[in-house]
Amino acid sequence: MIRLRALLVKEFIQMRRDRLTFAMMVVLPVIQLLLFGFAINTDVKHLPTVVFDQSLSPESRDLLDSFSASGYFDINYIAGSFKEVNARIDNGEAKVGVVFPPDFAEHVRSGRSGSVQVIVDATDSMAASSAISTAMTIGQLRSQNIMIKRLEAVTGRVTALPYDIRIRPWYNPDFVTAFYMVPGIMGMVLTSTMVMITSMAIVREREHGTLEQLIVTPMKSYELMLGKIIPYIFVGLVQATVAMLVGILVFDLPIRGNLIELFLYTILFIVASLALGILISNVSQTQMQAMQLSFFIFMPSVLLSGFMFPREAMPEFFFQIGRFLPLTFYLQIMRGIVLKGVGIAALWPQVGALLAYTSIAVTISILKFRKKLA
Amino acid sequence: MWAVETEELTRTFGDFIAVDHVSLKIRQGGIYGFLGPNGSGKSTTIRMLCGILEPSAGSGRVMGFDIARQSEQIKANIGYMSQKFSLYDDLSVRENLEFYAGMYSLPAAVKKSRIDEMIHMAGLIGREDELTANLSGGWKQRLALGSSILHRPTILFLDEPTGGVDPKSRRLFWDIIYDLSAAGTTVMVTTHFMDEAEHCDEIGFIFEGKLIASDSPSRLKQTIPGRLLRIDNPDPMELMAELERRQLPLLDAYVHGAGVHVRLRETDAAAYESYGGQWIQPSLEDVFVHYVKEKRREVAA
Repeated sequence: MIRLRALLVKEFIQMRRDRLTFAMMVVLPVIQLLLFGFAINTDVKHLPTVVFDQSLSPESRDLLDSFSASGYFDINYIAGSFKEVNARIDNGEAKVGVVFPPDFAEHVRSGRSGSVQVIVDATDSMAASSAISTAMTIGQLRSQNIMIKRLEAVTGRVTALPYDIRIRPWYNPDFVTAFYMVPGIMGMVLTSTMVMITSMAIVREREHGTLEQLIVTPMKSYELMLGKIIPYIFVGLVQATVAMLVGILVFDLPIRGNLIELFLYTILFIVASLALGILISNVSQTQMQAMQLSFFIFMPSVLLSGFMFPREAMPEFFFQIGRFLPLTFYLQIMRGIVLKGVGIAALWPQVGALLAYTSIAVTISILKFRKKLA
Repeated sequence: MWAVETEELTRTFGDFIAVDHVSLKIRQGGIYGFLGPNGSGKSTTIRMLCGILEPSAGSGRVMGFDIARQSEQIKANIGYMSQKFSLYDDLSVRENLEFYAGMYSLPAAVKKSRIDEMIHMAGLIGREDELTANLSGGWKQRLALGSSILHRPTILFLDEPTGGVDPKSRRLFWDIIYDLSAAGTTVMVTTHFMDEAEHCDEIGFIFEGKLIASDSPSRLKQTIPGRLLRIDNPDPMELMAELERRQLPLLDAYVHGAGVHVRLRETDAAAYESYGGQWIQPSLEDVFVHYVKEKRREVAA
């Protein structure tokens, strides 16, 4: 106990002396949250659009109004030729081109299909799919309206559509991206700083030569591991608290579940990340290697955990890899508690996974660390 | 019981044999000097004895504990100061001492007085709260020594403690070593300063990983056959060439400072009368040269 206390005191003093790193650790989550929270929106709106209307009819104007009213298309350019449409899309001024043929209105009036060409710059797939689905929906809705009007004119009766699908988006009805992103960013910031800090912990002492003096003392391996993990739980908690505050104050993040549970699992996740970092530190010979190994964990954490892309869309192999990342489970826990308001009754598999993860990583680290130089 | 006892202790790094079948015995309570040029295996031997490096072959015991199997028991009983400064630069003098007091589980009752004692010994009174990074060589070294003897070890291993330290600090450092030895601590110290070796009760010469001699300085000096003649000359290389040309009877001759040391049988002294040499007592350096040459001949044969 005396030894563990001495190790903890030492780590805290060193942390206090290294103010810049500590400040970084606190400021980092704020910056990341603001960046991701405000900048990222998966719902792509306001696509610059160029229109070449050869029809110049009430029908074409009517359809164009629907396009601009949707909010997805900003009609910025009216082209005088097909060539101009091409040019604007080629040089990137417009992402979408809408072209009405000269006989558009004539076709619509005579009951045939009036075709409209919608050209989409698909180099950015997210923007393209947003434009495509919106254009399709607008086309179908406007078509339905015209059909119903014609039907009513013929039959003289009010006609309703055969199906009426009513969507209820639970947990995040307004599709606020921040609600989805904030818990994710919190997890990402925590895992990246925690893994990074501890991955340096032992290997830095090895590089500075201080480890040599440490391992001639009667210190036990587990004491060193705990001494390197415990102080950073506090750093992680500070980060988590700052992130939660930013989420609540800036993004109006609702916390629908139990706050105590949320912090408990957050501590668990912090410990899991620290344990992973310690493991990296144990297998690395230099700080450079530790850094690279941390990135090796960090990138898949961002890509495969469900932070950026839905895990359901991943091929089976990558879906399974995601199961080896603590962030995957923590995201499910966070979104569960914050947005769904569920607790341990629903989240025990994820909590169990984090517990197992932590114990395995800590055990391997303790067994792997030998008080030897080479 | 020997303080340190090794049998055929060997350590290899890949193809390189750092320590080559070293067998040595160190008596309790004395100062044992471990002498040899850089890269001769001194540090590797000490690290194995401290239980932080595993031997490739052979065995060793420190205070009766096996270095391969009982290294943790050894660690509780020894103090070790590595060649490279290895305290925390970002901790203050007192914080470093407190940390190591904790690592050796010193009870609170003695902790403070021991730390004060070390600060006093290292001459760091008034600088307790200074960051270790700001101390200069000699102070750092004494602080490192203080950290390694806080827990009053029975054996103290010092790996080149006075490298890069000014003569006054070296003197101070050796005074502390004498005091420790007088109080009953066994000290094993590596050095390549021959004058420091003179202060040891016993010395071991290590060369290219092999222990080539181990005894007290005075006995080692007596083991050299013949007598030593010092011939001063502004151009010792030329003198060496001349001795060679004239085929004068000698056991050995080598450049030493501004002159040549010639080892010869007393009966051959007449041949050197014209050089006006001076009979001298062999220093440890002469002893070292002798043993290194012996070893080379042995290996060549």
